[in-house]
Amino acid sequence: MTSTPLTIGFIPLVDAAALIVAVDKGFTAAEGLNVTLVREVSWSNVRDKLNIGLFDAAHLLAPVAIASTLGLSQVKVPIVAPFNLGLNGNAITVSPALYAAIMGEADGDPADPMVTAKALARVVAARRKAGGEPLTFGMTFPFSTHNYQLRFWMAAGGVDPDEDVRLVVLPPPYMVDSLASGHVDAFCVGAPWNSVAVDLGVGHILHFVSDILERAAEKVLAVREPWALENPDVLATLTRAHGKAAAFIENPHNRAEVAGILAMPGRIDVDPEVIRRTLDGRLKISPDGTMRQSERYLLVGREGAARPDPVQAAWLYAQMVRWGQAAYSPEALERAKQVFRPDLYDAALGAPASPLQDMKDGVGAFDGAPFDPNDIAAHLGSVAIKHRLS
Amino acid sequence: MAADSSFKIVIVDESPIRAAILKEGLRDAGFTSVEHIPEMHNLLARIYALDPDVILIDLENPSRDILEQMFQVSRAVRRPIAMFVDQSDAASIQQSVEAGVSAYIVDGLKKERIKPILDLCISRFNAFAKLQNELDRTKSALEDRKILDRAKGLLMKAKGLTEEEAYVLIRSTAMREKKKIGEIAQSIVTAAELLK
Repeated sequence: MTSTPLTIGFIPLVDAAALIVAVDKGFTAAEGLNVTLVREVSWSNVRDKLNIGLFDAAHLLAPVAIASTLGLSQVKVPIVAPFNLGLNGNAITVSPALYAAIMGEADGDPADPMVTAKALARVVAARRKAGGEPLTFGMTFPFSTHNYQLRFWMAAGGVDPDEDVRLVVLPPPYMVDSLASGHVDAFCVGAPWNSVAVDLGVGHILHFVSDILERAAEKVLAVREPWALENPDVLATLTRAHGKAAAFIENPHNRAEVAGILAMPGRIDVDPEVIRRTLDGRLKISPDGTMRQSERYLLVGREGAARPDPVQAAWLYAQMVRWGQAAYSPEALERAKQVFRPDLYDAALGAPASPLQDMKDGVGAFDGAPFDPNDIAAHLGSVAIKHRLS
Repeated sequence: MAADSSFKIVIVDESPIRAAILKEGLRDAGFTSVEHIPEMHNLLARIYALDPDVILIDLENPSRDILEQMFQVSRAVRRPIAMFVDQSDAASIQQSVEAGVSAYIVDGLKKERIKPILDLCISRFNAFAKLQNELDRTKSALEDRKILDRAKGLLMKAKGLTEEEAYVLIRSTAMREKKKIGEIAQSIVTAAELLK
């Protein structure tokens, strides 16, 4: 049997786990695939190399897959995602000074994102009154869940992310330095960078993003739509190998081995213990050693996390419209939903036996009415702060 | 080309040597207004201040994602776009990505005016990569040489051989085991360190 060569790009983050384990643990080889993983330094590189065909597939920010399909990020290349590599996994970390300021204004339980968002609004107002510079928040990419999670959270408390604070893009490896030097006051990023900031004593984890949305599609396995049409069998085997890898990762008995695989040079290349804590959802949130455990920190396959959910694609598209990255049209909404392909997942791995979600809408946002993926207008009508394209 | 010399070009590259090579090439081609930004600190503010027509960035640079933010609604500056916007020239886009460089241009500039800059980037980046490879090979050859000398020294001392005899022993062992001379030399040095 000859094996099919594939080149797949990734960014060294814990949510690339299913891809890396699929390859390094031999699940792809068992399916007759000969995968070469290529580690990249920027999402722009991953996107462009996927778009022009240097990569057959990629670990990609879910919103980038949608933006690329809709032609929002310069070039229009339709992408499909047969497998969701992870739900959630990010956190919001703030400087000790901002942490103290928010706690000083908090009226209620600071574990509640509405309490912290309203406190942030008061901190922002006080700074403006005192003639201070606006607060600066770092995030990883314009089309990123980090961007939308930060915006959704602060806007719920009355902070306009485009008028009241500055949002800046920073590559994840620069986040901690930027927080330490005061270049940013806070950031939203994936593992391991929040933990690194806490370990160095320069940041407090204020929220896991799962506090803001219970289910947010974070990274997807992305391929070009024409490639998917030309190579249906290869795509099915690749998806199946990912399903096996995700199941392997989610088995607690395998966690130490998984952390070891991911920690290797050429992969994520950080302390396996930090990776382990991320997979277990057990993070130190304060320099004083306070720990926090969450079942929802990062989901790689469990609770149906790996099956692409068009509801989440619709939510991401709604955020693009809300913040002026995209104009609204019913056609674009349909197109965005079609990027997430549960049918391809089911064809490779079998349909789930029963609906898994008991939450109101498949997204589980902490604020607002249940999200209706067929009625973006209602969602946008219900929020006070927005910057839609005129 | 004369009109193009008014182009303001910014090079974002952490390699000062490669940036210098590129800058020189651009100057020779008549582009006199070229600035190099060597580090990411305050990258956007510096680019806004320079207000370039063309931005060139190496693909090994994580700061590339920072540039993408400029595509968002921006009040302060002219809105730049990526070279990828024009899909008609797929070949040169592919060449530039393979060479490791990306270009961002201000909206409205004609593709024909950018083409010579991009071509120059591709050739200079490839030339730099070739230089780098040669340097790496030279370094590794030098390293092999040092290890071979140490291995010969160890054999001469342990077995009372002359330098010539030590070399012949290493070479014949390499031939017999179908390995490189450098690998056998390395094994001898490693073994000697373990047996210390």
